[in-house]
Amino acid sequence: MRMHPILAALRRHKSGVALIALQIALTLAIVCNAVFIIGQRIERLNRPTGVDEDNLFVITQRYVGAPSGDDAASLEKLDAMERTDLDALRRLPDVASVAYASALPLSDGMWTGGIGLKPAQQDESAHAAYFAVDERALDTLGLRLVAGRAFTAADIEHHGMRGERKPAIVIVTKALADKLFPQGDAVGKTVYLDDDSTPSTIVGVVERLQISGGHNHAAWADTFAWNSVLEPLRIDFAYARYAVRAKPGRLAEAMRAVAPALYAVNPMRVLDDEASVQSFADIRADAYQADRGMAILMGIVCLILLAVTAAGIVGLTSFWVGQRHRQIGVRRALGARRGDILRYFQAENLMIAVFGSFAGVLLALGLNLWLMRHYEMARLPVAYVLSGLLLVLLLGQCAVLGPARRAARIPPIVATRAA
Amino acid sequence: MFGYYLDLALRSLKRNKVLTALMVLAIAVGIGASMTTLTVMHLLSGDPLPGRSARIFYPQVDAYPEHKDTDEPVDMLDYRTAMDLWSAHRADRQALVADSVAQVVAPSSSVPATMQTMLSTTSDFFPMLGTTFRYGGGWRAEDDARHARLAVISEDLNNKLFGGGDSVGKTLRVGNTDLRIVGVLGRWRPSPLFYEVNGGRFMHGRTSPYYSKPQDVMLPFATALDIDDGHFSIFTCWASGSTDLKASQKNWPCVWIGLWVELGNAGKVAAYRQFVADYAAQQKALGRFNHAGNTRLRSLMGWLDYNGVVPGDVRLQAWLAFAFLGICLFNTIGLLLAKFLRRSGEIGVRRALGASRMAVFEQCLVEAGLIGLLGGIGGWLLTLAGLWLVRRQPAEYADLAHLDLPMFLVTFALAIAASLLAGVLPAVRASRVAPALQLKTL
Repeated sequence: MRMHPILAALRRHKSGVALIALQIALTLAIVCNAVFIIGQRIERLNRPTGVDEDNLFVITQRYVGAPSGDDAASLEKLDAMERTDLDALRRLPDVASVAYASALPLSDGMWTGGIGLKPAQQDESAHAAYFAVDERALDTLGLRLVAGRAFTAADIEHHGMRGERKPAIVIVTKALADKLFPQGDAVGKTVYLDDDSTPSTIVGVVERLQISGGHNHAAWADTFAWNSVLEPLRIDFAYARYAVRAKPGRLAEAMRAVAPALYAVNPMRVLDDEASVQSFADIRADAYQADRGMAILMGIVCLILLAVTAAGIVGLTSFWVGQRHRQIGVRRALGARRGDILRYFQAENLMIAVFGSFAGVLLALGLNLWLMRHYEMARLPVAYVLSGLLLVLLLGQCAVLGPARRAARIPPIVATRAA
Repeated sequence: MFGYYLDLALRSLKRNKVLTALMVLAIAVGIGASMTTLTVMHLLSGDPLPGRSARIFYPQVDAYPEHKDTDEPVDMLDYRTAMDLWSAHRADRQALVADSVAQVVAPSSSVPATMQTMLSTTSDFFPMLGTTFRYGGGWRAEDDARHARLAVISEDLNNKLFGGGDSVGKTLRVGNTDLRIVGVLGRWRPSPLFYEVNGGRFMHGRTSPYYSKPQDVMLPFATALDIDDGHFSIFTCWASGSTDLKASQKNWPCVWIGLWVELGNAGKVAAYRQFVADYAAQQKALGRFNHAGNTRLRSLMGWLDYNGVVPGDVRLQAWLAFAFLGICLFNTIGLLLAKFLRRSGEIGVRRALGASRMAVFEQCLVEAGLIGLLGGIGGWLLTLAGLWLVRRQPAEYADLAHLDLPMFLVTFALAIAASLLAGVLPAVRASRVAPALQLKTL
């Protein structure tokens, strides 16, 4: 097909052409960046935490009228209460494993500090989140030990909320171990928690464990999301958190059995909040609520945007078809087939769309640069731009199809009628 | 003429219903999206204390030893500095603020105990911020001095614990201490909760917690130190040997107290600025600080601005919505152009019968404006729907998202202005139609 007549015709509709091209350009720019934001958010909220998420749930409970925990005797009493709870949970038929855990990945109860390689170091070597857990935590959470050993029952200490907390041994994640000891020989090495002068020896390394912290900490927490430290410690406090792994497929049953079992042990507790017994899936959903909301919103915006642009193309092309009614008749009378007319309008739209999407690619990159400056955004990958480009070209072709087919149906006889 | 043009416009709109619907829908969607985000922006970037905020200031003295004079001071005060500045009483009013968490229960109520974040403050807090009281009132300066066991509670907590009745004089147990309730706050929802705003520089736009509700329990600062020492929220600490966590929080190397002051005129502001700078210099001379040159006295709105309180996601959505409105406008321009030029014959007749270009232009703009009005109605409905969606979000500011009268009017103004803007180019083109050429082809 020759391009010349198309170009000649377009020159007579400069403003219409410019409008469609601009609309395509803007749509491309926004859709590229919006889809990129969606992609980033989805990537964030699909990150595996490293725990056995499908079967895990968490109990967060509080004793009413609990011992104060200010003296040794009341601490022992609190600890005994916690151990009794753990035993009661362990006896439930649908429960596979139970552990004490001060927090879970993505849960609240974020507790972080700087890790040093020398005593009382000024600048921390890495930032990490602490988890106080007992000897069953690795099994319950489903963590994979890649080096060293797990905690044993003899390792577990217990003390109150404000006790001296420097553990003699710790287990760290591989991410943290690699950062502190790039040679990969972390087991047996000494670290100093909170830049203190009490040494803690690394006895084990687990493959992966995301830090705690809900969505409010997201941006800051992302800088050390995989640096976790497990301490062999049960905190004796009126608040206690237990992690429970249900037998496969028995999660709901196990969760239902918790409250009756714990109330039977000791009714003096608060366990009826909606967050008291929470599946890990819920914790994950809570933590990423904002990200998911933004992704959905962006998705809706993209869809409406594409629809609006398509509607605009349909509207203007229909107008042009109406305007050129007679010319189309003449072309048909002179021997043009229906396919020729159809292809004419498709080629015309393709030219406008190519023109518009070139401007759109530039706009998309510019918008991305602006977003990078003002918001937490990464560089837009070329793949997004190219697929966006293909998408708008395809959208243009689909939108033009209706009016173009109507044009193709114009009979040659029109040429003989007076305009 | 306007009535006639309106009639013409109505006829024209009815003639091609699909095209009309497309245009109205495009404007409605664009307006709906931009007004939803604009309303949220408007609510979040507003003045939390209209009429008072200009007199309220936030002094900052930098106790953080690793900072230099060129650094921004740390966002809160250490205990010693806060007490020194507060007890100097150099401002018209001054109030300390600090958060702590404790178990709260009303012995006379069957509602189980809950953990609450409480606000520890001083007596000036209530008159300075102009809080209204449903029952009772705040406490007095002498109550601060004698560590009085009393508390002010929110209307929400009063409803929950006492069924909304007058609970003044009743007992609230915080930890193991009984406090007498002296006041119940009325509806009071400053947005953002400015006295809790700090650390915005480190939030990376995730600032929606700034829009949470005020604390349900407020008690004198000195009382809170007696009964809840060691449980105050801390902004940051620094290493100076080993911190003795068993000692009183007063002595921790941490910053955890905010001070808000009321200064009635520019002279007082200048004097207080000098006072704060002098205080820091004096403490440096005494060897307590290692630098003193970076004191600040920001106004309330300046402090909010410095902390970038409007969440990044909300700003991003607003930009997106306006780009969206832009695309909808381009769309409308295209469709209007098609619509007007299709009537070239008709316009040619009008022109031949003596209508001026201006008259044709006006007629076209009336039609565009009418589309804008219809789009505005649709946009208003979509805005209501959008805000309903926002209210269902888990964000802290969700309950604030309502369309007020100014924003309602803005909706229609924006819709009509947008459609008139979209109508200009097509109307100009239509008014330039050459009558002779059109008449020939009729």
